Amino acid sequence: MFKKILIPIDLNHAEKLEKAVSAGAHLAKSGDVSVVFAAVTSKAPGSLAHTPEEFRDKLASYAAEEGGKHGITATGHAVFVHDPAVDLEDGILKAVHETGADLVVMATHIPHLPDHIWPSNGGRVASHADVSVFLVR
Amino acid sequence: MSDSANNQGIPDPEGAANLIDTEYEIGQDNIETSVGPFSLDIHNPVFMISGLTIVAFVFLTLAFQTEVGPVFDAMRKWLTANLDWFFIISGNVFVLVCLALIVTPLGSVRIGGKDADPDYSYFGWFAMLFAAGMGIGLMFFGVLEPVYHMAFSEPVGVPSPFDADGNLIEENVAAAKAMGMAATIYHWGLHPWAIYAVVALALALFSFNKGLPLTMRSVFYPIFGERTWGWPGHIIDILAVFATLFGLATSLGFGAQQANAGLDFVFGIPVSTTAQVVLIIGITAVALISVLRGLDGGVKVLSEINMMIAALLLVFVIIAGPTGTLISGFFTNAAAYAQELIPLSMPFGREDDGFRQGWTSFYWAWWISWSPFVGMFIARVSRGRTVREFIICVLIIPTVVSMIWMTAFGGTAIEQVLTNPDSQVHQYVIASYSPELSLFGMLADLPMASITSFIGIVLVIVFFVTSSDSGSLVIDTITAGGKVDAPVPQRVFWCTFEGLVAIALLIGGGLGALQAMAVSTGFPFTIVLLLACYAIFKGLMDEPR
Repeated sequence: MFKKILIPIDLNHAEKLEKAVSAGAHLAKSGDVSVVFAAVTSKAPGSLAHTPEEFRDKLASYAAEEGGKHGITATGHAVFVHDPAVDLEDGILKAVHETGADLVVMATHIPHLPDHIWPSNGGRVASHADVSVFLVR
Repeated sequence: MSDSANNQGIPDPEGAANLIDTEYEIGQDNIETSVGPFSLDIHNPVFMISGLTIVAFVFLTLAFQTEVGPVFDAMRKWLTANLDWFFIISGNVFVLVCLALIVTPLGSVRIGGKDADPDYSYFGWFAMLFAAGMGIGLMFFGVLEPVYHMAFSEPVGVPSPFDADGNLIEENVAAAKAMGMAATIYHWGLHPWAIYAVVALALALFSFNKGLPLTMRSVFYPIFGERTWGWPGHIIDILAVFATLFGLATSLGFGAQQANAGLDFVFGIPVSTTAQVVLIIGITAVALISVLRGLDGGVKVLSEINMMIAALLLVFVIIAGPTGTLISGFFTNAAAYAQELIPLSMPFGREDDGFRQGWTSFYWAWWISWSPFVGMFIARVSRGRTVREFIICVLIIPTVVSMIWMTAFGGTAIEQVLTNPDSQVHQYVIASYSPELSLFGMLADLPMASITSFIGIVLVIVFFVTSSDSGSLVIDTITAGGKVDAPVPQRVFWCTFEGLVAIALLIGGGLGALQAMAVSTGFPFTIVLLLACYAIFKGLMDEPR
């Protein structure tokens, strides 16, 4: 049904995203398609990596580890933006375009009152993506 | 690259850059928590201490205004009067360091590693660094300074073209005009931009090439070593937040007063605290939208719009003003600047105390106190440029632009003053000193004054927004321990906080006192910057060229 599944990932809080990763992996396995883990960050040094190269390496290790764990083919795709705190959705949409993914499986939170004026990242991706989006709460 | 899955230390460099080997992990001292639905990621103790100190200082200034105001003001005056030689020599050192970096092989080092691509186009990059760095000052001082220095300051002993009764002394005119422009360009040319360039380059180098967090303390790693991550570093970062927030908040307060004076002049909207508070709320609201839209969608867009409006106003003044005189004046002024640069940069053997201490030394302290903010902002948007390209763009191009701006605005105003004693500039700068009206006075004597004055007010306001939004991003990054992806509510907090401090000081009084306090931070930062020069050379030596 789908050719490639993109799962946005925050390596700082990967443990909180397990449900979405499992859902994405399950879909990938049942349809025998590959998964790409996309991470959006800045080129400035951060808590995870000091250079873009180091970040790509960490993401690739994560993808390989998760691929092995769930028995799927998984790769990493890093997107570098100038202001990751606000450019996250744009970065994810860019990753969708660059990887050719046709389904996004993404973790999101249960909507609170502020989500009406300040939508969640998942909500905004679902509003703007031109591919299917599966939000996991 | 070594395995860094558990993030112990920094992996080996891959030849593109030369990372510093430290055990420090960016964000390791941060507290991640949430307040209601909003998550926070703040550095402990920089966020809390700087926030509380700022509140304490505002409270202290409001509560004990008559006692505290004169103390801060005396401190600023003492520093700029007694340490003028120190500021002037340091300013010269920064220019020489920058020039040396252009001509030496160190200029070939690329910020962000050998293969890094520039993050921004030249126009977007230049618009952002210029709008953050000095846009607003050009609006305020572009008319005032050239006229004032020509008529009153007598820099390096060049006499005024007016006698005690205000009559023109023809034989003094040419030299006084040249010196008025040279002295102004001196304050807005190579020296201030060299200050910004040193801070920005140091931060960019230690962050993008060495892998340290994008925060002031990182520059001092070669000096403090691992202690950078302890209290010496905390103090530097807190001082940077302090200087930035007070610098911005007090400028915002004064800017609102200037914009109100302009609105009164053009539209007859009376000068009142209410009008000024409304202006601050308006400026802060637009800055909030800008920080919420981020670096690309907010700050950059606004900076570019601002530069385009400023360019239009500049072209208008050149066409509507004495065009021929201004065009030839650019070259005359450039020559005068080149000729007077060394005499004006001399720290000793001069008798122009009022000019040297009241203007030059004050400016240098002011630029330096702003340098953590402007420098950090320039650093953040400069990845991918070579050091040579960086210095040329941060030092030479803004100097030329300042020269064009001062020639157009100051040159037109000087012509108005010299040819017409009833001109409005003469009225607001020479007859009765009302500096906030000098720009509007100059525009009033040109055609379409109501339109151009309105554009002038819009520019004043938008330049404040572009300083306010970039400043909020900088404070947010410092108080998040160098993280550029801290949750958005934090930048909203700093932007709002800055507006509130400005309103509190405007209503309660004390804008001048706290601005004096902010300028006084220029002294410790001058020492910090001199050390940064050493750190830059040391850091660049290790980089692949």
